[in-house]
Amino acid sequence: MFGHVTNLITNSAGCCLSCKCLSCGTKYSLHLMSETLPKNNIFKVIGASSLGTLIEWYDFYIFGSLAVIIGHQLFPEDAGASALINTLAIFAAGFIVRPFGALVFGRLGDLIGRKYTFLLTLVLMGGSTFLIGLIPSYKSIGYAAPILVLILRLVQGLALGGEYGGAATYVAEHAPKNKRGFFTSWIQTTATLGLFLSLGVIVITKNILGAETFGDWGWRIPFLLSILLVVVSIYIRMKMHESPMFSKLKAEGNVSKNPLKESFNNKANFKMVLLALFGATMGQGVIWYTGQFYAQSFLENTCKLDFNDSRYILLWGIAFATPFFVIFGAWSDKVGRKWIMLSGMLLGIIFYRPIYQMFLDDTDFTKIEQHDILSSTSAPVTAASIANTADSLRTTTTKIELKNGASFHLVKTDTISVQGGIISGPEVLKDKVLPKPIFWKFVGLIFFQILLVTMVYGPIAAFLVELFPTKIRYTSMSLPYHIGNGVFGGLVPFIATLVASFSGSTPLSGLWYPIGIAALSLVIGTIYLSNKKDESIND
Amino acid sequence: MNALKKFLGLVWMILGPVAMTFLFLQAVEKVGLTHTAIERTNTMLQWGIILFIFLPISLGLMIFGFYAWKGEYDRLPESSEDI
Repeated sequence: MFGHVTNLITNSAGCCLSCKCLSCGTKYSLHLMSETLPKNNIFKVIGASSLGTLIEWYDFYIFGSLAVIIGHQLFPEDAGASALINTLAIFAAGFIVRPFGALVFGRLGDLIGRKYTFLLTLVLMGGSTFLIGLIPSYKSIGYAAPILVLILRLVQGLALGGEYGGAATYVAEHAPKNKRGFFTSWIQTTATLGLFLSLGVIVITKNILGAETFGDWGWRIPFLLSILLVVVSIYIRMKMHESPMFSKLKAEGNVSKNPLKESFNNKANFKMVLLALFGATMGQGVIWYTGQFYAQSFLENTCKLDFNDSRYILLWGIAFATPFFVIFGAWSDKVGRKWIMLSGMLLGIIFYRPIYQMFLDDTDFTKIEQHDILSSTSAPVTAASIANTADSLRTTTTKIELKNGASFHLVKTDTISVQGGIISGPEVLKDKVLPKPIFWKFVGLIFFQILLVTMVYGPIAAFLVELFPTKIRYTSMSLPYHIGNGVFGGLVPFIATLVASFSGSTPLSGLWYPIGIAALSLVIGTIYLSNKKDESIND
Repeated sequence: MNALKKFLGLVWMILGPVAMTFLFLQAVEKVGLTHTAIERTNTMLQWGIILFIFLPISLGLMIFGFYAWKGEYDRLPESSEDI
């Protein structure tokens, strides 16, 4: 039912020379299978695999990109900062279950094949994303709203846990040995491009609908749109063929009977799983999520940058840096994977704090003088009642434009007591729009962080594929990848925001988490990892 | 280099429980600092997640350290066929 029927062609001595898939007609040499795949076919394989993976990443990241808005929808209005932290916790829950998805779907992929497994993950991911777009808000169904979203987010995490390892394995098993880094690096671009797509769709939708409508119901559109993308991707993936190496194993009856047991009960394999986790994927994960997710969260929530500005900065940074995934992936075919990845970690450890300090310094508008101000416009005063009391909040907002092109909103919220008193609240600077030179400086700083991401992430698929044998590859490589990325990396926004909220912390305190994890991974990787590439993965 | 790998194996074995103890003490301290019931629930939830996730990982770090100390990483497989 699941695999293609294969016809084994043997020579006069009975040795198997080639394998022909009877349902698709593709013919492979068994010994040099990956070397004989025509070039246009490998790009079809990459294209079909990458598109589905990109859509899964898009689905996964919309939630994070809309964390602030979703927090307002899922939790009580007076929840304040805890709404954001709890929303980030729900976002993180999707990451935490990724290793379990890796185990479940990795096992399935090693048992029934790569193609059908990641087709299934695509359906689960698309379906749950679509349903998140339909969940009523806290106002309508109370705490059932965050609970339902949490459940769907867990399904998303499980699906993603199964997807990536399949796609990377599938492409690597089609790629020639001297270009494995180059070809798998295309799969590596998909996570960043998925983020790019999610940011692009969000910005376009918000600009079309306006901020108020978007915050009210428009945020659901990017989630609902997912179903169209998934249908297209399923159609393309249905036309794909099974991996030739897996087909060979299946034809020979060598498919693993219990991939989980073979992966983790075998000490020789398990110790490589641990090495891959602590020496590579753990550090790679925190570099990825600091450069692309925490940076966005920091600009929006700590620096109080305007919604569009923070996303445009990230979009430009991603656009400039994405080609480097392929460049570093291809370079790793020549010089090895290890030192490229570890250099990315080292640069992150050195430069994160200076970069984020620059973010803070350049968005500090509190030192502006009166002669810097071009105009000042007051918005109508708004009033809101406070739950469980008769007191109310009075908010005055003033938009201030500066001569250098920058602008911001000065927001002051006072509490009006029923006894007649007014408790004056602090003034907060929000929605900061940067002057052009600073905007492009920030694009440069984000570009640099994503460049580090391309260094650690571009070669890692090839590195992981080469570490494990074919029959348990899907399971074995998926677990360290998803613990490293899902747990260590995915928790960066949550843990860093939490650490920065402790009393006595500074806005930069949260960076100690990714810096510490990257430093530990750098030490372990430098001492224990080998820079050698496995020439043959046909085993 | 192999001696260094083995020595650091001891460090990783110690680092696992030390990290867990540190996280546990942090969790107790932060939950204790909160005042209202909703704050306490939120804080316990957040720290519960952190402890739940990092407990098995610190156990993995100890196992990794144990393998390193036993010299399992002195010679890495040349290819996946060695595994």
